[in-house]
Amino acid sequence: MSAAAGFNELKFRDPLRARALLERLGTTLEAIGRTPVSVMHVCGSHEQAIARFGLRATLPRALNVIMGPGCPVCITDVPEVDEGVALARQGVRVATYGDMMKVPGTKWSLADVQARGGRIDVVYSVSQAVELARRIEEPLVFFATGFETTAVATAAAVLDNPPPNFFVLSAHKYIPPVMEIVAEMPETRVEGFLAAGHAATITGWGVFERFVERHRLPVVVAGFEPLDILAGLLRLVELIRDGRSVVENMYPRCVTKDGNLRAQEQLWRVFRPIGGRWRGIAHVPNGNLRLRSEWSRLDARQQFDIDLQALWDAAPPALVQQCICGEIMAGLKGPHDCALFGRDCIPEAPVGACMVSSEGTCRIWHEYGGHPDLSDGGTEVPHYTNAVTAGGRHDFCAR
Amino acid sequence: MCLGVPGKVLVVHETSATVDFWGLRKEIRLDVVDEPVQPGDYILNHVGYAIRRIPPEEVDATLALYEELLKHAVEQPDLMAADIRGEIAAAGENT
Repeated sequence: MSAAAGFNELKFRDPLRARALLERLGTTLEAIGRTPVSVMHVCGSHEQAIARFGLRATLPRALNVIMGPGCPVCITDVPEVDEGVALARQGVRVATYGDMMKVPGTKWSLADVQARGGRIDVVYSVSQAVELARRIEEPLVFFATGFETTAVATAAAVLDNPPPNFFVLSAHKYIPPVMEIVAEMPETRVEGFLAAGHAATITGWGVFERFVERHRLPVVVAGFEPLDILAGLLRLVELIRDGRSVVENMYPRCVTKDGNLRAQEQLWRVFRPIGGRWRGIAHVPNGNLRLRSEWSRLDARQQFDIDLQALWDAAPPALVQQCICGEIMAGLKGPHDCALFGRDCIPEAPVGACMVSSEGTCRIWHEYGGHPDLSDGGTEVPHYTNAVTAGGRHDFCAR
Repeated sequence: MCLGVPGKVLVVHETSATVDFWGLRKEIRLDVVDEPVQPGDYILNHVGYAIRRIPPEEVDATLALYEELLKHAVEQPDLMAADIRGEIAAAGENT
C-alpha cells in the first residue's frame, strides 16, 4: 500500500463530513448572533489549504478568517534579506530555501544578486547545504529562515558536526510571541486563534496556555487537511460562543501537550530568542532565533563582515516603502487595500513579501482570486471578508 | 517551506530513513524525531527532517474525534496531493 492510499483512507477529506461541519459552523455562528466573528490563523499552510479546497467560499459569511503573520517568508525582515544579499554581493557563496529567492530586500532580492553573478544555491533542506559544504572548500553560508519547525532542522545540522566552511545566517522566527503582539494591537478584531499544527508539533500545545490566560482568547490547534481546518474552526467558534478562553488540541495525531522534547532540546541548545522586527508587523520580543554564543564559529554574523551600509548606499529603497504587507498580516487590511496589489506588485515582480511566497496572503489572493459574489446577480466583486475561492481564478491585472 | 508532509517509512538507516511520499522515495533525517521509527510507520516530514512519528492509534483517535463531531461521502479531485507532490518534488536531489 502506498502512502497516498493510506492517507486517502484516513477520510480527512470527506465532502459529506465537510458539509456537516459547515452546517454546524453556521448554526453556531447564528447562536452567537453578531457578524462578523473574526478569527486568525497563523500558518501559510492553513491559508493554502483554505484556498486550494475553496473553503473560504463555503464558510459562513458571518465568519471572518484572517490570515495572520504565519508565512515565514513574508515576515523575514528587509534587513535580514539585505544581510544575505550583502554577503552574496561580497562574493560569499550562499545557500537558502527556494522560497527566499525573490523576497525583496531594500533594493535587491537574492534572485537579483544571482542574476548579477552572485553565487546562490537553492536547497530543499539544510542537510543539502551541509552536503554541499562538504564537497567544496570555500565558505558556504546557509541563510536560515522559517519558524520553529524549520529551525529545529537547522539546529540538528549545527549539532551534527558540520564542516568548518559551513556557516549559518539565522533569520529564524518563533511563533508564540507574535500571537501576543497581534492580540495586543489596539485595532485588533481577532476573537480567537487557529494555531499551526506543525509548529505545535515541536512546541506542544501547552505553550499556548499562558497566552489564553493572559489575553482571554481561545486557541485551537488544527491540522492541514480540509476537515482538520473545518473542525478546528468549528471548535474555535464554539469556544467563542461559550466565552471559554482555553487551548484545545484538534490535531492529536501530531500534537501533544509537551511537544517534541528532543527537538526542543536541540532547538534551545543551538538558538536563543531575541527581540527583533518581523517584516511589516512590529518589533516582536523574543520573536527571533539567533545562534547562541557557543556556536559563534558557525555564525555568519560573527565570522563575516556584512556591510549593510555599503549595500544601502548603493541601493536606495524603492516601492517597498508603499507596501502594506504588515497591516495585511496583522489582519487590519486586505490585499485590495494596497495600491500596489496586482499592478506594481505581481508574483512575477513582487514588491512585498506577501506576494512572493506561495504561502503569502497576496500571492494566494492573486492566484485564486476574489470571491464571486453570487448573491446579487453574480457580479464578481472581490471583497475582503471570505474572499478567496478555489477553482475560480480571476485576474485582477494584466500579467 | 512550511508544508509538513506525511510519508510511510520503508527502510531505516542509522540517522536517516527511506520514506515513501505518494510514490516518491526520499532520504529523510531522523535527528529530530522523538521516537524510534520502524518500517511501516508514518512520519511527518518537514524540510527533510522527520519531526513526528504518527502513531496509528492517534490516527484512529483523530478519526473518532471527527465521528463524534459528525453523523454523516462523494469524489472530489485531490488538489492538496498536488501541492504536496510539489513540495516533495522540490526535494530534488535529496534522495
